[in-house]
Amino acid sequence: MPLETTHPVAEDIAGANQEFLYTLNFGPQHPATHTTLRLILTLDGETVVKAVPDIGYLHSGFEKLGEDLDFNQYVTIVDRMNYISPVANEIAWHHVVEKLLNIEITPRCKYIRTILAELARISDHLLCIGAAALDLGGLTAFLYAFNAREKVYNIMESASGQRFHPSYTRVGGLMADISDDVVNQVRDFVKTFPKVHGDICRLLNRNRIFIDRTKGIGVLSKEDAISYSCSGPVARASGVVRDLRKDEPYLAYKDLSASFKVVCGKGGDCYNRYLVRMGEMQESVKIIAAAVENLPAGAVNVELNDKLTIPDKTATYRSIEGLIQHFELFMWNRRWETPVEELYGANETANGELGFYVVADGSGKAFRARTRPPSFIHFAVFPIMMEGHQLSDVPAILGSLNIIAAELDR
Amino acid sequence: MPFLDTLKAKFAGAFTTSTFRDNTRVLMDAEKTPDVLLPLLKCLKEECGFDFLAELGGIDYLNYPHATDRYCVVYGLTNTATGERVFVKAFTNDPDPELPSVVELWKGADWMEREVYDMYGVRFLGHPDMRRILMPTEFTGHPLRKDYPLRGYGERHNFPTVTRAES
Amino acid sequence: MALTNLLPDFLIAPLDHLANLVRKHSLWPMPFATACCGIELMATASSRYDIARFGAEAMRFSPRQCDVMIVAGRVVMKMVPVMQRIWLQMPEPKWCISMGACASSGGVFDTYAVVQGIDRFIPVDVYVPGCPPRPEQLIRSILDLQEKVQKTGTIDAREFASRTAYEGPTALARELAPEEMIVSPGDFNTATRLRSLPTSSE
Repeated sequence: MPLETTHPVAEDIAGANQEFLYTLNFGPQHPATHTTLRLILTLDGETVVKAVPDIGYLHSGFEKLGEDLDFNQYVTIVDRMNYISPVANEIAWHHVVEKLLNIEITPRCKYIRTILAELARISDHLLCIGAAALDLGGLTAFLYAFNAREKVYNIMESASGQRFHPSYTRVGGLMADISDDVVNQVRDFVKTFPKVHGDICRLLNRNRIFIDRTKGIGVLSKEDAISYSCSGPVARASGVVRDLRKDEPYLAYKDLSASFKVVCGKGGDCYNRYLVRMGEMQESVKIIAAAVENLPAGAVNVELNDKLTIPDKTATYRSIEGLIQHFELFMWNRRWETPVEELYGANETANGELGFYVVADGSGKAFRARTRPPSFIHFAVFPIMMEGHQLSDVPAILGSLNIIAAELDR
Repeated sequence: MPFLDTLKAKFAGAFTTSTFRDNTRVLMDAEKTPDVLLPLLKCLKEECGFDFLAELGGIDYLNYPHATDRYCVVYGLTNTATGERVFVKAFTNDPDPELPSVVELWKGADWMEREVYDMYGVRFLGHPDMRRILMPTEFTGHPLRKDYPLRGYGERHNFPTVTRAES
Repeated sequence: MALTNLLPDFLIAPLDHLANLVRKHSLWPMPFATACCGIELMATASSRYDIARFGAEAMRFSPRQCDVMIVAGRVVMKMVPVMQRIWLQMPEPKWCISMGACASSGGVFDTYAVVQGIDRFIPVDVYVPGCPPRPEQLIRSILDLQEKVQKTGTIDAREFASRTAYEGPTALARELAPEEMIVSPGDFNTATRLRSLPTSSE
């Protein structure tokens, strides 16, 4: 296993062979990357002439596992993909599976999923901003952000029993309904979060050091953003007005579309990406507030006789239909009957468009579970953003892109 | 769909179309793919407004019901103005799975094509930098092919062990 | 070695005790954070759980300054040489905490790329179960490690010099096929023993 530079600097860069250029290995285990990625930087003094990313240090075969596990089991794996907003990945995965099986989930389930997806977005942006600020020298914002994240964790834990990887969604519904306690916690979060948001804003928005290190750094033009397939906050900061929540409304976003706006920037630099993330959190809180007050009553799972959802324990133990359905879904040779078809579906997660391309072959497993990972696509832009900047801008740009290694490498 | 009419007028016989739920698909004919794929995608990009390559992924159709070609690369295109989506499926076969590269149309295809090469061994002609991206460079298999086992062939444990006294 | 050779025996034991007392309260972790567990490691270090209460908050990203490597998250093929190199760069005395199911056993990722337990390649002192473990569990593991340091540590790390044998599970001659891994549920003799025990003669 070579630890030296495996990819020599290309000959075509001006002065690549001159001896004043030198190569710096950045990562794969480096505090500023937060995750396991490696950059091979060619430096002229402190200026980065060329940055070559080397990834795959966390490639663990998610997609191969997706072909081995059934639709409900794969949730546990999908969870670990973007591990700072796990529940959003589950919702995206089951959104696609339900589209494939043609399931219309219940209104209550839609609203609960919307609330959780927005909470996940907030916790993702909080970590991204906190970690970016930490790399640029501001520890306080990181501590504030983590304090608010703990509240999101508490809500997840009350709802699902696991604070970090909830594995909460199932085909056609949820693992369990949420209790009033969760609703109260969400209401409490909606009340208290604006204060945290304001604190972070006051710490960073007009902070001279933060602005100097992010403004004009890593500029991505609108044309490049589209050409490089960017989505989410990275694209929106460059002026691409595209948000799947508005463009292809899923879950309860159609009902709630009056309550939120799409946050966009124009500059396309790190500071704009930071501002877009901050703005999105404000909008997310509005969505949560609207959703939790309009939470419909009723069941969270689709009807039992559809033979699609796992019956609850009472039905399994007390009724013959429930027992049969339980076995139908859990025996390895039964499970779901899927059409021999394939389908792409996508959700707007915190990082961008998280899509799944599922190929079904009639059995209860996916024949192919391709992921469209936003981090992977955004990291491909990094060399372009980095060109001509200083070495100290590497953490600023990495922090603003919010690269999650597990999603990057899968 | 107006863009399908544009395509049919220009590339008649080179593809068939199908729809499932809200996905519209353009299935390329495997024989004509090497010549037609790039002009077709270019037409979609420049004339029909599909300027955003949302997704590019590979599929291995080994032992899939009614499948005739083995490897498939799916180009998921989006029109950022109208939000329309279209999925172009290009097929290729053993022993030399090859497809033209679309990096000149969408720069974002660079890494996604490298990933398909890494996972399936489909080579993209005209790609500027065709090497492995996720697996180590000395790795020989293509892990997402259907004939590659889930647990591999034991490559994962092929490393020396460090004991206490050595460290 | 030199120090203990010069001193009389009755002085060594108090010196060891003193050294352990000092060491265990300032374990500096090297956060080898790869995946999800890394976020919980960050949560452990931040305000609510505050690992500083146990003297282990000084995360140093240079392995030369660290005492305990916390491997948080799964380790894959490409990462194993990096992990071993970082482990070899740390000065003695050093310990290793394997945080989470993935680092300890591969966890849910039984695939071609993921190493099934880092203890096949480097020595591990404390295993923390959970996917990911709660911050309280990580703090508990730090406390356990402190106890281990107090009980077994020596001032010049003699205890490591004697451990020349490999302590982890033996590498399998070949990967087990899925049907070989399945053990019939009623058969407790085979259920507990999936592979033969390591032989010391090797």
